Amino acid sequence: MSIKVRYFASLKERVGRSEENVTIAEPLTAKALWRLCVPELSPPEQTLVAINLDYADWNSLVREGDEVAFFPPVTGG
Amino acid sequence: MRVKVTAEPFDPWFEARAYQDAAGPMAGKFGALSLFVGTMRDFNAGDQVAGMVLEHYPGMTERALENIVQEAAARWPLLDALVVHRVGEIRPGDPIVLAAVWTSHRGDAFDACRQIMEALKSKAPFWKKERLQATDERWVAENTDGYLKSE
Repeated sequence: MSIKVRYFASLKERVGRSEENVTIAEPLTAKALWRLCVPELSPPEQTLVAINLDYADWNSLVREGDEVAFFPPVTGG
Repeated sequence: MRVKVTAEPFDPWFEARAYQDAAGPMAGKFGALSLFVGTMRDFNAGDQVAGMVLEHYPGMTERALENIVQEAAARWPLLDALVVHRVGEIRPGDPIVLAAVWTSHRGDAFDACRQIMEALKSKAPFWKKERLQATDERWVAENTDGYLKSE
């Protein structure tokens, strides 16, 4: 199963990439997905999670075909 | 109701006027337009800022703005609303955001416009990276509470 993972803003710079495709054997939580993709770094405090363009949380399940994004607090406006 | 994310500089007064003129059925119906314009400062957190880059999440950002406007429309009797937000390279003095709300009465216009702006500041996926006069750059860590008084 393939899913797309994206990183934005300061988190993109810390992780060192803006996106990647990963293959998972079965649905897993966003937290587990982070550990799979970025094992070297604990997610900075206040990191936000979105699944398929909607806010989610670290325990939300990620499934085949999903797009998952990790990003810092928003600072628009 | 309309939301727009643009990488081009925009004139908020022109945008609001053009949108209102195009919304023919609204003529004679609205008694209030509340309009907020956010503009880039040349200072932040004690430092001189030379410019900034505003990053967003194409797709999610527009969806978040639409949700914010819809939530306001569910809470107040809005006749129409327009939100425009700039992304990309921005210079001090440039408009960053326009929130315009048309209603029958002023209280709803003020309150809904305020709510749209506060929700945008806390929920819409945009990120500012400032370029400082002192040559380095930094990400803005988080937005402040809009209801707190300025120092």
